[in-house]
Amino acid sequence: MILHDLIAFDTLRVIWWVLLGVLLIGFAVTDGFDMGVGALLPFVAETDVERRIAINTVGPVWEGNQVWFILGGGAIFAAWPPLYAVSFSGFYLAMFLILVALILRPVAFKYRSKRDDMRWREAWDWALFVGGAVPALVFGVAVGNVLQGVPFRLTPDMLPIYEGSFFGLLNPFALSCGLTSLAMMVMHGGAWLGLKAEGPVAERARTYGMIAAVVVIALFALNGFWLTYLVERYSLVGPVVTDGPSNPLLSEVTRGGSWISAYADRPWALTAPVLGFVGAFFALLGLWGRREVVTLLASKLSILGMISTVGLTMFPFILPSSIDPRSSLTVWDSSSSHLTLFVMLGAAVIFVPIILAYTAWVYSVLWGKVTASDVAEGSHTLY
Amino acid sequence: MDIDIVELSRLQFATTALYHFLFVPLTLGLSVIVAIMETVYVMTGRPIWRQMTKFWGMLFGINFALGVATGITMEFQFGMNWSYYSHYVGDIFGAPLAIEGLMAFFLEATFVGLFFFGWDKLSRVGHLVVAWLVAIGSNFSALWILIANGWMQNPVGAEFNPVTMRMEMTSFFDVMFNQVAQAKFVHTVSAGYVTASVFVLGVSAWYLLHGRHTELARRSIAVAASFGLAGALSVVVLGDESGYDAGENQKMKLAAIEAMWHTEPAPASFTLIGLPNQEERETKYAIHIPYVMGLIGTRSLDTPIQGIAELEAENAGRIRSGIIAYDALMTIRAEGPDTPEDVRATFEQHSDDLGYAFLLKRYIEDPRQASEAQIAQAAEDTVPHVWPIFWAFRIMVGLGFSFIAVMAYFFFMASFRGMRFPRWALRLAVIVIPAPWIAAEMGWIVAEYGRQPWTVDGILPTALSVSHLSVGTVAVTLAGFVLLYSALFVVEMSLMIKYIRKGPYQDVAETEAWTERRRQHRKIASDLNISPAE
Repeated sequence: MILHDLIAFDTLRVIWWVLLGVLLIGFAVTDGFDMGVGALLPFVAETDVERRIAINTVGPVWEGNQVWFILGGGAIFAAWPPLYAVSFSGFYLAMFLILVALILRPVAFKYRSKRDDMRWREAWDWALFVGGAVPALVFGVAVGNVLQGVPFRLTPDMLPIYEGSFFGLLNPFALSCGLTSLAMMVMHGGAWLGLKAEGPVAERARTYGMIAAVVVIALFALNGFWLTYLVERYSLVGPVVTDGPSNPLLSEVTRGGSWISAYADRPWALTAPVLGFVGAFFALLGLWGRREVVTLLASKLSILGMISTVGLTMFPFILPSSIDPRSSLTVWDSSSSHLTLFVMLGAAVIFVPIILAYTAWVYSVLWGKVTASDVAEGSHTLY
Repeated sequence: MDIDIVELSRLQFATTALYHFLFVPLTLGLSVIVAIMETVYVMTGRPIWRQMTKFWGMLFGINFALGVATGITMEFQFGMNWSYYSHYVGDIFGAPLAIEGLMAFFLEATFVGLFFFGWDKLSRVGHLVVAWLVAIGSNFSALWILIANGWMQNPVGAEFNPVTMRMEMTSFFDVMFNQVAQAKFVHTVSAGYVTASVFVLGVSAWYLLHGRHTELARRSIAVAASFGLAGALSVVVLGDESGYDAGENQKMKLAAIEAMWHTEPAPASFTLIGLPNQEERETKYAIHIPYVMGLIGTRSLDTPIQGIAELEAENAGRIRSGIIAYDALMTIRAEGPDTPEDVRATFEQHSDDLGYAFLLKRYIEDPRQASEAQIAQAAEDTVPHVWPIFWAFRIMVGLGFSFIAVMAYFFFMASFRGMRFPRWALRLAVIVIPAPWIAAEMGWIVAEYGRQPWTVDGILPTALSVSHLSVGTVAVTLAGFVLLYSALFVVEMSLMIKYIRKGPYQDVAETEAWTERRRQHRKIASDLNISPAE
């Protein structure tokens, strides 16, 4: 098979690094509002009718949205096997927490309305809250740890050994990132409810959304400050081989300086954090001025900006190691083989546009607000 | 210590995988049955078919939720608990999983929402298309998952790379069209069709026994029996194909299924039942059927099937060859580009057996230092526990044939005896509901327990594949999964039973409107003096 030589190995690696970002951002901007609605549910909706309005705004779409996450897992496995192996086993208990939350969520959506008993419904409402808030928080905590470096090393045989503990993950910077991520999802959920819900649900969601947008701006700034002065940067040493074999132990890595110097090397990358701030600010304005579509769009752009900020700050690092920097995973040494990246790119080029097309069609079919009368009429079909 | 974490991780994987597969077969089959019912509705316009679509669709939804929820665990568990496996074969194994997401699961999950919420937002044909997209998505899902699984059984299209210390893909085409994967795919989806058919048949039979919803029940039986008969025949034929593939690629698994301790002269006889004894390496009280095994395993009368003892001796040879490969690998890794050509040639020659040297890692850090006793021990490890595989296989096959009988009977009665089912047959149909699940779980036990001691046959031993985790950590998550899954199982069963008892939701207005329209058509026809007969 010579075909895959059409695209150079290092180009493919960069493409897959971008695609990894696309998947994470796709997940955050779609399933993000589902999780935000889950996290907001106990606060924006009091009566059963209100809760059903909130839940049914995401009812028909959360399932498809969640696939971004599952696909993200699959794509990391296929395109970045060492990253999949190190992060999933290293963050073992955190991953388990996410799993429990994400297992409860589909079941809660599907089963909540299947009984009229209010205690039954209350219990599932809490499951939805956990299913929304916990992953949002844990993802942010994970990102906060990745930025600081994670205590793992690779044996010469490439077995990942993680030497941290679960509670070690809960350090101040990581928690701050976790709260940022949670606030981001809540802002997004508020924007979504503003668009899709009506009456008191939409009003309360607007209030919480505005608070969340302010928190996002404040925490994002705080994290940037923190990152500039208190978190050490990782750098590759010596001539960088970008198309070599995927063995992280072949490269040398040092720690020192600030991640922020990445922006001196790549000033254009500043667009990402700027977008993060501007998006959140316009989401705030949109919520204030009741411009629902603008709000949702601005919130999406803010998420896009913030997640891109993390990626661009660290490039080419994907997962630095704090105890054995040489083991750090970078774009240049932890991908799949040339052929696999090429085959997977082919699959992505064919299917991602198709997915985007039918997803857009589904959203257009479902366009419009979910109202109390919808919920009353649809007692046999809606959640 | 090492063994404990391996055992515990295997237990967790087996628990979560077998649990996940309680929901998958029903999703696979019921999605298609529901789409068939909706097709009839769109073609005939009869409200009863819409009612059937909605009723079975709702039960599909209750089941689907848990299938999705427990599937997430599967996607993540490789990295969480099997990190060395993930590193070692992710280059090949990850691709079908990712493509499954891109091609199949996205389709299924995006449209399943519209299936339930889109009845009033879509045209009839539009909604029908959605129903079929859900069915196609779930079935394509199975295809890619089984391509991944098939590669673990028959690792084609890949080779070892000494620099990255992992397997890397050499041909995506070979991975995709792996004959084992293709046979497994049809076998598995057919098993799903049978499961859903038995489910629909059993629930409908229960309605008939109680004289409820007879219109819906009779039509459902007609669909289930014909679809189920086709599925049941296909399961057995492709099961036979899988047996033949195992005869070619996984000889040890075939020998264990058959409890064939020693090579027999061709054509081998088939042991119908018996009590396999691992220590004494013989099967007591065995009943044999001459020739049959030779035909299943080799499709010929003169090719012998190797017995366990002979395969074990062969594997000892492969372990020795693997040690040579391991030695060459160590030189290659130490010398890098300066490795002498002859060492590379030696590695090339023996690299197919490298995985066999890894079997020794359970006993010694450096396989090159292994004693004769350790090599013999490792060779013995390649023999799986025979009796669970032997019996799981027989239960699966016995049930498989019984489904053909049940489906054929109901198909006959539905087609040629005017749907007059005797009460004993209806009771039987209710009792048999759990059987396809048992058969499916047994099938997975044969396939995966029979693959031991490997995660990837001949390439990577299970003992080496696990993550570096503490026993306590995995014990916590295993306990967590068992608790959560048990609770969810109770919830899902109670909802299933509740909604089956409640029966279909009858849209009275719609049925009346349709009956009225039909009466008017008849009236016009009779006014014009044309009866349908003319």
